Amino acid sequence: MQSTDIRNPDYFHKVVDCQYACPAHTPVPAYIREIAAGRYADAYMINWRSNLFPGILGRVCDRPCEPACRRGRVEDEPVAICRLKRVAADNKGDVLELMPDPAPLNGKRIACVGAGPASLAVARDLAMAGYTVVVFDGNAEAGGFVRQQIPKFRLPNEVIDEEVSYITRLGVEIRTNTYIQSMRTLLDEGFDAVFVGSGAPRGRDLDAPGRWEAAANIHIGIDWLASVSFGHTKSVGRRVIVLGGGNTAMDCCRSARRLGGEDVKVIVRSGYEEMKASPWEKEDAIKEDIPILNFRVPKSVVHEDGKLVGMNFEIVRAEYDDKGRRSLIPTGEPDEFHAADDVIVAIGQENAFPWIEPDCGIAFDRWGLPRLNPDTLQSTLPQVFFGGDAAFGPKNVIWAVAHGHQAAISIDKFCQGEDVTERPPQGMTLVSQKMGIHEWSYDNAVSIDLRFKVPHAEKDVVLRDIYAEVELGYDREMAFKEAQRCLNCDVETVFTPKLCIECDACVDICPVDCLTFTPDAQSEAELRTHLNAPSHNLEQALYVASGLKTGNVMVKDEDVCLHCGLCAERCPTGAWDMQRFLLDQPQVVDIKKKCQGVPA
Amino acid sequence: MTYLPKPKLHHPELPKNDLGYTRRDYEGSISTLCAGCGHDSISAAIIHACYELSLPPHRIAKLSGIGCSSKTPTYFLGASHGFNSVHGRMPSVLTGAAAANRDLIYLGVSGDGDSASIGLGQFAHAMRRGVNMTYIVENNGVYGLTKGQFSATADRGAKNKKGATNQDAPIDLISMAMLMGASFVGRSFSGDKPQLVPLLKAALAHKGPAFIDVISPCVTFNNHEGSTKSYDYVREHNEAVNFLDVIMSRQEITVDYAPGTVEVVRQHDGSLIKLRKKADEYDVHDKIAAMEYVQKHQAHGEIVTGLLYVDTDSQDMHDHLGTCSTPLNALEGETLVPGSAALAKLNASLR
Repeated sequence: MQSTDIRNPDYFHKVVDCQYACPAHTPVPAYIREIAAGRYADAYMINWRSNLFPGILGRVCDRPCEPACRRGRVEDEPVAICRLKRVAADNKGDVLELMPDPAPLNGKRIACVGAGPASLAVARDLAMAGYTVVVFDGNAEAGGFVRQQIPKFRLPNEVIDEEVSYITRLGVEIRTNTYIQSMRTLLDEGFDAVFVGSGAPRGRDLDAPGRWEAAANIHIGIDWLASVSFGHTKSVGRRVIVLGGGNTAMDCCRSARRLGGEDVKVIVRSGYEEMKASPWEKEDAIKEDIPILNFRVPKSVVHEDGKLVGMNFEIVRAEYDDKGRRSLIPTGEPDEFHAADDVIVAIGQENAFPWIEPDCGIAFDRWGLPRLNPDTLQSTLPQVFFGGDAAFGPKNVIWAVAHGHQAAISIDKFCQGEDVTERPPQGMTLVSQKMGIHEWSYDNAVSIDLRFKVPHAEKDVVLRDIYAEVELGYDREMAFKEAQRCLNCDVETVFTPKLCIECDACVDICPVDCLTFTPDAQSEAELRTHLNAPSHNLEQALYVASGLKTGNVMVKDEDVCLHCGLCAERCPTGAWDMQRFLLDQPQVVDIKKKCQGVPA
Repeated sequence: MTYLPKPKLHHPELPKNDLGYTRRDYEGSISTLCAGCGHDSISAAIIHACYELSLPPHRIAKLSGIGCSSKTPTYFLGASHGFNSVHGRMPSVLTGAAAANRDLIYLGVSGDGDSASIGLGQFAHAMRRGVNMTYIVENNGVYGLTKGQFSATADRGAKNKKGATNQDAPIDLISMAMLMGASFVGRSFSGDKPQLVPLLKAALAHKGPAFIDVISPCVTFNNHEGSTKSYDYVREHNEAVNFLDVIMSRQEITVDYAPGTVEVVRQHDGSLIKLRKKADEYDVHDKIAAMEYVQKHQAHGEIVTGLLYVDTDSQDMHDHLGTCSTPLNALEGETLVPGSAALAKLNASLR
């Protein structure tokens, strides 16, 4: 077997499961350590550098990091990464002094369409580099989806205002109430490049008999949420049906409960488990007395002379074919009627670009999505770039931010006359954390606490006030304990074969049996059968090192390593060392270097 | 040495033995020996062996004397009985314990100082009495606790850390154990668990005095060039006569080796030792030939390892003495103290 090349940034990056899973590659363990140390402002800034919106994401992120968290593989639940991020935002104090200043203006002008997370990320990265950025948005306030569709009881306005302000202070101009009606007109304004971050603004409609007759009480979810957000809709009927199984459906039903809905239920085609909504959002809805009825397909809207009465649903079950494709088969039971005063349709979002003229040079595919280079996000019109939901259909906030970073790099290269497809390489640093015989610069003791639950406000309080935030966030003490559950997966076990005497001390002490010294094998598959512990997680790498005196190879299965450093403490020759891995992510301007006084 | 307790979290697929215990359940406190000490590997091998044999931890008694090796019982079998005796006196304490309660599994853990110097007489007598036990010497050739003087097992001509040469003749515990009547004798190396763990399992299953000499490099004082008990030296001069697989009586027996290369040895408890022979002419049942073989190779600087001698018809101390089959602590008061009439009758029979 080839020895593992640990100098390739990808190798250890993959070991930091949370960071690898985060589209913006936020260095999660680094900021969790800052939280544990009570340095909330530093934790905030580490986040801000890579994801811009710690306060927003700490409340509403889809958390791709958490299912990836190694902790979830050695005990029941992952570290509450997302809610720890909120702790950093809640407790940071004044961070303005830590915020970097932008480079002098370079004379290039960039337009961003839509003031959502993708555009704001592009604006931040480019403004830092000296670009003049103008962001256009049709609404009265910046924020896009997070402002309009996410209810205030999950994300208060002040959090959005604050985090938008850290971008506008760099000189970014946000023109609200300015809906861009024509791409051609915008292109004629002489911007050096245009970024389209206009989201997926069209809610999918219900196709069922009676839908249009009862239209007055049938609402499209994302439009209804926006109307609630801006205070236009202040009440809803007593009996409400919400159609759909995604997070928008959860936001709709919970909003309805706060606007007068007493008998609110979610009715969804799929099974409960397959619903797209995050598990915790489903739980929160159920806690607010909202039943979720699954395997029910909308059949017709029942009305009396245009006045909504309720809906009929066909009851189905799921069947899967050989390829795992699902089809919903009617069970033959009689249809079910549910009475309702209002129906909210939250069955998906679609892209729509009515303002982009078909002949202006931007090609679209048959699903109505722009034709893009997936790496550069450049459209068929070279000076136009897309990101966020506008690029590949609805995803989530953190993906939008990640697109923003990539688009900003592309736009910078484009404006400087460089090849957009030549992406800047990732770098890395590995630094020993050894401070003494038993001392490391990180806390290597492994907590055995189970995941702490985030305290919630009293139900009868939050159900009376749609602006009252439900989650209260961890207090500092709970945050410390939860932070201690982090396994510090960015502190890597680095092995130097020529120092090893094969005394087995590391093998004997390893609490999770991830180390093996064994004769070499022909393939990784074969090697996995020779290890000291079962090695079934093929997504996790084997760290293989040859060059031992006996001719054996050292094999470490990265899967469940606790990063406790006992192998290195036990090693008599220093063949093992614990070294912190730091990914150097290319950005237009390396903000890490600009943030004086904030740890890497 | 480390101060951090070993984390409780373990591999999610960690298997359990017949008693429902994982290997981690056989561990003890965290070791305070030097990092890389061979003794820690021996502790790990004992943990493996007891786990694999599904021994109930509360039925094991581990006894030791003084020295680095004698500290190790703290680091394994945390749920077993332990006794840390006076220097070199472990064999006597073990003999007494075994006499009183023959139902426990006895594990004597000692070192080259404890057994070959101050306790040499005790060692010899425990062997010749036939105490049913597994006696392990963690043999590193130096007095580690007193900073690395040569011990009685250091080879003549071996160099210490400062470069001084040992002039005294070494005590060969293997040959002594055979001579004194041990019915199971083996030697292994702390850095070779595939050999050591089955050897320990076979010894634990053996009835009678089982002795294992384990070469265990002292990383701090005896792992340099010129040492004959360093990791490198032992690896270069290791002459294994056989490898073992131990099959418990309840397991299915399959022998899948070329004929003539495997010998199956049945022990008292019905367990089988499957010997994969390395040295063709070696016969584990012939004590005199074994002693000759060991000493001949020793003269060439080779370290003979493996199962060196086993007597499958061995008897133990209780057989010799005709003691009662019930442990003393399980006898009723009246049986234990039959009263003055019984004593008078006994005295009369001896007049």
